[in-house]
Amino acid sequence: MSSPAPSLRVPPAAIDPQSRPVPPLGGFTAAVVAIEIRRVLRNRRTVIFTIVVPVLFFLLFGLNSSYATNRVGEGNESAFIMISMALYGAVLATASGGAMVSVERLLGWSRQLRITPLTPPAYIAIKMVTSLVLGLGAVLAVYAVGLLTHKPTMPAAIWVETGAALWIGSLLFSAFGLFVGYLLPSENVMQLIGFSLMLFSFGGGLFIPLSQFSHPLRVLATYTPLYGLNQLVHYPLVQGAFDWTWAANLLAWLVIFTAGAIWRFRKDTARV
Amino acid sequence: MAAIELTGVHKRFGAVQAVRGIDLWVEPGEVVAFLGPNGAGKTTTIDMVLGLSEPTSGKVSVYGMAPKDAVRRGLVSAVMQTGGLLKDLTVAETIAYTAHLFPRSRPPTEVMARAGITEISGRLVGKCSGGEQQRLRFAMALLPDPLLLLLDEPTQGMDVEGRRSFWAAIRHDADAGRTIVFATHYLEEADAYADRVVLVRRGEIVADGTASEVKALASGRTVRATLADPDEAALRSIPGVDRVEVRGSSVVVHCADSDTVARYLLTETAAKDLEVAALGLEDAFVALTGDDSRLSPVADPGSGR
Repeated sequence: MSSPAPSLRVPPAAIDPQSRPVPPLGGFTAAVVAIEIRRVLRNRRTVIFTIVVPVLFFLLFGLNSSYATNRVGEGNESAFIMISMALYGAVLATASGGAMVSVERLLGWSRQLRITPLTPPAYIAIKMVTSLVLGLGAVLAVYAVGLLTHKPTMPAAIWVETGAALWIGSLLFSAFGLFVGYLLPSENVMQLIGFSLMLFSFGGGLFIPLSQFSHPLRVLATYTPLYGLNQLVHYPLVQGAFDWTWAANLLAWLVIFTAGAIWRFRKDTARV
Repeated sequence: MAAIELTGVHKRFGAVQAVRGIDLWVEPGEVVAFLGPNGAGKTTTIDMVLGLSEPTSGKVSVYGMAPKDAVRRGLVSAVMQTGGLLKDLTVAETIAYTAHLFPRSRPPTEVMARAGITEISGRLVGKCSGGEQQRLRFAMALLPDPLLLLLDEPTQGMDVEGRRSFWAAIRHDADAGRTIVFATHYLEEADAYADRVVLVRRGEIVADGTASEVKALASGRTVRATLADPDEAALRSIPGVDRVEVRGSSVVVHCADSDTVARYLLTETAAKDLEVAALGLEDAFVALTGDDSRLSPVADPGSGR
């Protein structure tokens, strides 16, 4: 081991510390989002569950000739099921993205990020945008397969409207993923997210029409978190009377998930 | 302006008083070792300098500003003991990720070269050894070109070769004039790489000086003899005597020159059962920082006591 040689050292440059800039947008950059997207796409399980599975579900349930061509509002039953499956993929993407925040906290990566200029809101925004891109992949994949099979029919504008609505609406589940992740931080949180979303999907009528449920179950289902969003994103196709309870359901769950995530986040940082 | 200025800093976690009154002034360009046993409060102090936690009382400033602002401006960065890495990113992606968080950063190829990880840039982080991951953290810390670099037990768990190459990289970097503060419980590391050693024990600074000053403080010998009623003033007047302790019927003299003390005791007094013991560096370190310090007040801790 060598001994220190102070004489060799260059005197520190006179730098005005205040002259160093703070990043705009709290450190949020497209380049970081791009790395996150590459990372998500590298995870085969995520890609299978959010993109491949919804496509398979559509192929399984959306093409059945006994009902696929039945008329529904401005289109047909196949289009209705396609929208449901795209929504399922999109919410799986955003919920997983939210839960990643707690997984990375567990790994100590968030602590590493705390000695960079990245602010917590910018970090969460990076996760949300990344999961929106993954969700867009799910929507485009399901809709593209729908187009190729020629089964779903609805006016072109409604393809775009429903696709955009469910894609943006899926952001509700970023808050859900954040909340669950902070509530039960573990590397197994993804399984829990997958299982809850499966239940919510049944409750929301994504997999089985709610009309096939018994009356008490049907009433209960209208209070579940995917119910309002699912009804709203189908509205351009189904048309008819607009029910304000759909919007109320969506807003209520948005408030619950967001408040829950903020509550846990505060508790969590207070402890450190 | 100080690189780091701590004034009366205390940190309490529930019933545990982790830091009990630290005052510290680090000049820009200094290489300071924060030396102490586990649980001395080193990591707690570093966390406060990084703005990861707030002091219970007292003030922390880094280049004249709050630690969080200094971090946001990339003035201070760190290689932390506990900072995790993403296993599913490659080394180069981890560097790129971090680089994009700063408005200005050194080129990724440059920091990877300086940390000696260019050859493994394409490797997944999960496949890197502990030493390689530590050099990756060092490369990440270099990205903002910080004025102050903090290293918390940076060579923990590394093999000899990893440790050597890690320190070679750090030393090379320090020569460029960066302020470096590192925590360690290896005395040799503090001795070999720091200009200044700050010894901490149970949340307090117990010694602060150049490596050789602290070594001198910690070296020397003790002469023990059985002697009733010794002349303490006469003993203290012998050149090289640091301290004289009277314990019942025996006297213990801490000194640099044991021969003179022994000669005095045996010729001028009625001392018997004389023992001369050398204090190794490691023993001295334990003595200085251990919970049941065998050496009572060893040095002026500056202030804060």
